[in-house]
Amino acid sequence: MTDNILVADNVVKRFGGLTAVNKVDFTIPRLGIVSIIGPNGAGKTTFFNCITGFYQIDEGDILFDGQRLNGRTTDQITRMGIARTFQNIRLFGNMTAIENIMVGQESHLSSTWLGAIFGTPKTRTEQQESEEEANRLLNFVNLRGKGDLLARNLPYGDQRRLEIARALASRPKLLLLDEPTAGMNPRETAETTDFIRKLRDEFEITVLLIEHDMRVVMGISEDITVLDYGQKIAEGPPAAIQSNERVIEAYLGQGAAASATVSVEE
Amino acid sequence: MNHTSSLSWRSLLNIGLLAGLAIVYTGLIGMIQVFSERGIIAGVLTMGQIMIFLPPLVAGYMAARRSREQGAGRMILNAGLAGLIAAVLPVILVLLIRQLDVMGVDIRSMFVNASKALIDHLTFERGIGPGLAMLVGFMTALGLAGGALMALPERIRQTLITGTTWVIGIGLLSEFMIQILRNLFGNQAGRSIFQAGALKPIPALIIFIVTAGIYYFWQLQGANIRARYARSGEGTKQTFQRTSVGLLGILLLMLPWIVGTFLSEVLANVGLYVLMALGLNIAVGLAGLLDLGYVTNFAVGAYVMGALTSTGPLGLAELNFWIVLPISVLAAMTTGFLLALPVLRMRGDYLAIATLGFGEIIRLLALSDWLAPYIGGAQGILFIPKPHIGSLTIDTPETFYYLILAACFIMLFISIRLNNSRTGRQWMAMREDEDAAGAMGIDTTLAKLLAFTLSAASGGLAGAIFASKLGAIFPHSFSLLISINVLSIIIVGGMGSIPGIVVGALALIGLPELLREFSDYRLLLYGALLIIMMLVRPEGLWPSAVRRRELQSDAAEAAAAD
Repeated sequence: MTDNILVADNVVKRFGGLTAVNKVDFTIPRLGIVSIIGPNGAGKTTFFNCITGFYQIDEGDILFDGQRLNGRTTDQITRMGIARTFQNIRLFGNMTAIENIMVGQESHLSSTWLGAIFGTPKTRTEQQESEEEANRLLNFVNLRGKGDLLARNLPYGDQRRLEIARALASRPKLLLLDEPTAGMNPRETAETTDFIRKLRDEFEITVLLIEHDMRVVMGISEDITVLDYGQKIAEGPPAAIQSNERVIEAYLGQGAAASATVSVEE
Repeated sequence: MNHTSSLSWRSLLNIGLLAGLAIVYTGLIGMIQVFSERGIIAGVLTMGQIMIFLPPLVAGYMAARRSREQGAGRMILNAGLAGLIAAVLPVILVLLIRQLDVMGVDIRSMFVNASKALIDHLTFERGIGPGLAMLVGFMTALGLAGGALMALPERIRQTLITGTTWVIGIGLLSEFMIQILRNLFGNQAGRSIFQAGALKPIPALIIFIVTAGIYYFWQLQGANIRARYARSGEGTKQTFQRTSVGLLGILLLMLPWIVGTFLSEVLANVGLYVLMALGLNIAVGLAGLLDLGYVTNFAVGAYVMGALTSTGPLGLAELNFWIVLPISVLAAMTTGFLLALPVLRMRGDYLAIATLGFGEIIRLLALSDWLAPYIGGAQGILFIPKPHIGSLTIDTPETFYYLILAACFIMLFISIRLNNSRTGRQWMAMREDEDAAGAMGIDTTLAKLLAFTLSAASGGLAGAIFASKLGAIFPHSFSLLISINVLSIIIVGGMGSIPGIVVGALALIGLPELLREFSDYRLLLYGALLIIMMLVRPEGLWPSAVRRRELQSDAAEAAAAD
């Protein structure tokens, strides 16, 4: 049996009459880079929200490192080692870049408000270490010298990278990236792809991403899961997915699958 | 109308009529008459006249600004027209009041202030014909002046406005300036500058020249001086900072001696509000939790102090002030914590409405017959003793000023420490995006409870001191208005800014106590001030460093986009 960091078993999430995620089984091997793809409204982000505790699932189990995630709150799940970014960037706009990263470190900080008021040595040391680490992360995502800028005043690409740095600050074992290259030009997209790989290698973490850009998905993923109408319709390595008829059908509509010349890559 | 930024006749008419309406409105509610009692420059200008003159001036300025791309000629013309149009409604008002009077209709049964006195003020006591001609002439001239002000280079315009503001400010506060001068330099000093509660003309001119001069010099040289300061070594900077903090400290300590008993009393009240605003700032400014029931904490602090120290029939324990002080604070924190529990899941507007309810509940509880045997109902708690330190009794406004100053410094210290801590960052993150904050591993439930609890502490402290200062407490002291005052201080001063709180409290609590005339119209002025602030200076009078940075970078972006 392979070493899986996350196992989702028969996960169902309903909103009223709509079943957004329907009996999805899903595994992520440790230190892998895995993608979830699917047409708009396929339930990808809903599935993310189920893993991170934003939504409580209606049926099934999600196990992370052998522990059940069901019924846990977002902050508890983050403390267990899952960090995420958001599809529409959700930085703390009126805080500086460095403060954003320092908020990301929450899950391994221990100082209290009393410590802050009395300025205890422990609090001071923690504050200093936390600032140093935040600066290291800032440099890692190529934002050196921009620490004192307000997050909302950073250019778009910087905001995306800052969000990743903020997620990394929690020292996660599993990092969920929701459309990390959305809105980027081809050059930025290529950089981000390299960056995600570098991140996995340097921080020794597992990466799960939702992505629409097929070049990114095919270039980076070791495994791909395809969702359509909340159901898993295919999974496997990139090459297998590219030639999977049901996937082509989901993306391009019935009939398209018949013409074998159609390329999913564009 | 072929130019995009040209001023249409319609908006010119709007600007002028609005200015006229402002005069008619302030006249009909009696503001012009009341404010005419207060001189600014003896024999030359009263506050009431400013209320008549300011609207056409502003109208002229606005009209000129909207037509600034049509050349100087059109600017001035439009400004003059705006002033002229502004005169229309006041003239109609004067004629109407007179005509109704002639016809024997008693308009004063409906508009108490539509009196002969109002006509006199609007016609400068020169009779209807010449007076109205003067009014129209003045207002057109003021419109033109407003336009000319707009046409001037910005630096000169700002200089003129600064000088004028200082003269009006000092003129308004003449009574108290005389007092201060007397305390500092003896009886004669006041008389050489002031006369009959207003500035003498020559000193007024000198004040104008000096303040405008300083401002102009700073405009020219300020950047240089700042740059030189930035270049100077760490040692120099530290010396400079320490000196200024030291001077400020000495000033604060000497203040009661300089300003005398009455102003010390005002400052003590301002201090109590600073204390409350510092507390509410934790909830509203840092954590983004809009609490409209802050008076609850103030009331709990006051009633605990009252009940436990009172030597009257309602006194429970007759304890010492210093023993009860921490108990009051703890009681307020406990209340803050308990009231936070039911509203944990509420956000934004819903939270505001729920907390608003708590504020009213506490007042009704204090009034209720149910609790009357313990806290006196409408009769309140009497005979609350003054605090002692050794043999010294804290009973005068001056001594209370020091007690409140000390309390403010403690809260200030705590606020600053929290602001720059992990806890402060948790709150800010929660304010910015509660869901994302949760996803960062912040337990938002705990963070909210902590914000409400710590925010309550300072309200309880203020309440306890208030009870002991007054010597008696009554339910009507704890009205909704206190919550609104405290919140307004934070908004006017600058959300999340600690120096802004002091400035806001001085402006909103200090000024109305100094200017009796203002206190009649306090709510109206609050409303007007809040609207003007939101439109003209949304960052507040003294914004926090982050907010300033934010607005500067916005301005820079806008400039880059042009």
